Amino acid sequence: MTKFSAFNVARNAFSASKSWPKQWRNPEPRASYDAVIIGGGGHGLGTAYYLAKEHGLTKIAVVEKGWIGGGNTGRNTTIIRSNYLYDESAGIYEHSVKLWEKLSQELNYNVMYSPRGVLMLAHNVHDVQSSMRHVYADRLNGVDNEWLSPEECKAFCPPLNISNNIRYPVMGGALQRRGGVARHDAVAWGYARGADRLGVDIIQNCEVLRIDRDAAGTVSGIETTRGYIKTAKVGVVAAGHTSVVMERAGLRMPLESFPLQALVSEPIKPIFPCVVMSNTVHAYISQSDKGELVIGAGTDQYISYSQQGGLHIAAHTLEAICELFPQFRRMRMLRNWGGIVDTTYDRSPILSKTSIPGLYVNCGWGTGGFKATPGSAHVFAASMANDEMHPIAAPFSLNRFQSGRLIDEAAAAVAH
Amino acid sequence: MLLIKCPHCGERPEIEFHCGGEAHIARPLDPSQLDDVQWAELLFYRANTKGVMAERWNHLHGCQRWFNALRNTVSDKILRTYMMGEPRPYIGGEAQGAATGTLSYPAPGERSK
Repeated sequence: MTKFSAFNVARNAFSASKSWPKQWRNPEPRASYDAVIIGGGGHGLGTAYYLAKEHGLTKIAVVEKGWIGGGNTGRNTTIIRSNYLYDESAGIYEHSVKLWEKLSQELNYNVMYSPRGVLMLAHNVHDVQSSMRHVYADRLNGVDNEWLSPEECKAFCPPLNISNNIRYPVMGGALQRRGGVARHDAVAWGYARGADRLGVDIIQNCEVLRIDRDAAGTVSGIETTRGYIKTAKVGVVAAGHTSVVMERAGLRMPLESFPLQALVSEPIKPIFPCVVMSNTVHAYISQSDKGELVIGAGTDQYISYSQQGGLHIAAHTLEAICELFPQFRRMRMLRNWGGIVDTTYDRSPILSKTSIPGLYVNCGWGTGGFKATPGSAHVFAASMANDEMHPIAAPFSLNRFQSGRLIDEAAAAVAH
Repeated sequence: MLLIKCPHCGERPEIEFHCGGEAHIARPLDPSQLDDVQWAELLFYRANTKGVMAERWNHLHGCQRWFNALRNTVSDKILRTYMMGEPRPYIGGEAQGAATGTLSYPAPGERSK
């Protein structure tokens, strides 16, 4: 594996960059592994990376039904922030932001993490009170979050329309300056490259058909479309398809999967300096380094695996965008797509052991999993390696649905 | 946007409706006898079917009545709508019940919106 450095970039320039080696192998699955991760998105690849790097497991496979990073990792709007209301949420998302800050160096791969600031708008008195509560709660948790007046919002994000003549005028906003965006594909590729270098087998086009148990009830192996793999540890990190995969181990999950849409516009010159989110009018917008406006829309109301949503959902968001940023009214949208997001009742993720020893699950990230990629992978790997949930992950266990200790970010009006 | 046939009013656009999630979940006859595991199962655990599922819909901005629908969650095609209280109809040739065994996506022309 060639390390990326200024020297190597210059050296490869002489061969028109044709002599770079493949970034990861394409191995045939072996007969057995110490641990198998099901799902080759950012969370799954990251889990394999940290299992190999920090916990010394050497025989690890990531099995992926399609291609790596082809699910929600490649379909999200790349927003990163950690200004959540509850302690448990702030804990895991802040852990993640801290890893984001050093991820490019860690992986020797530029994930283009850009802490350009995430501004969450308030449009009514309730929004203002709720945002203030978030700001104070975050400060107690050591998470940066500050309140801006409408004029300060305008100064931070000049395209924003703060006039009183719109249906939902901007009454202020909560700003997390360390929030921002990163390049989504690079996260999957960086973790894949790093994991591969540590000996992890990344097996693509390999669908899991069955998860087997031995006589004692613990995990013994998985049947896949590319043969049987013996293993005593399985981590399911399958996002929208978690229910489908877990059913192959005979387990039901407290999940519902919905299509979540996003759009990008035609590319334009740099105009948008930050990320703006508005939960009230359903508008999420930033500008990519290519110049496209990246816009997040909402979910459909019904369970679906179609990876496309209703046009009225996207139109609703575009109406809000056009009101908040009237200068974008004549822009054309280039692409519109959907991803299948697995949501829990309390809109908090599940990182948990299951009733089957050796079977672990990391899912339920709903509409906001991208930001959590490094933190989720890091604590999930530790939990799998030690067979005990990491303290940051422990509150997100499946047990909370029995004990009633929900982490109710849904009631905290979270949008991701 | 889905075109949904309300059994009372006929075909109407999706924005008139509210989706109520999985249908035919049996409520406990004696709730006081349920333990925490059973309550969790009832309140939070769902089939989340990939394939044909039965779900409840409310014609919120129409007759405001509830009904059930059979819908394929891969193609989003609604196969049948039927009255509340009726048993789930059998649809020949379609996988019934929980998440399907093999994953199959519809051909592009098959999508029905």
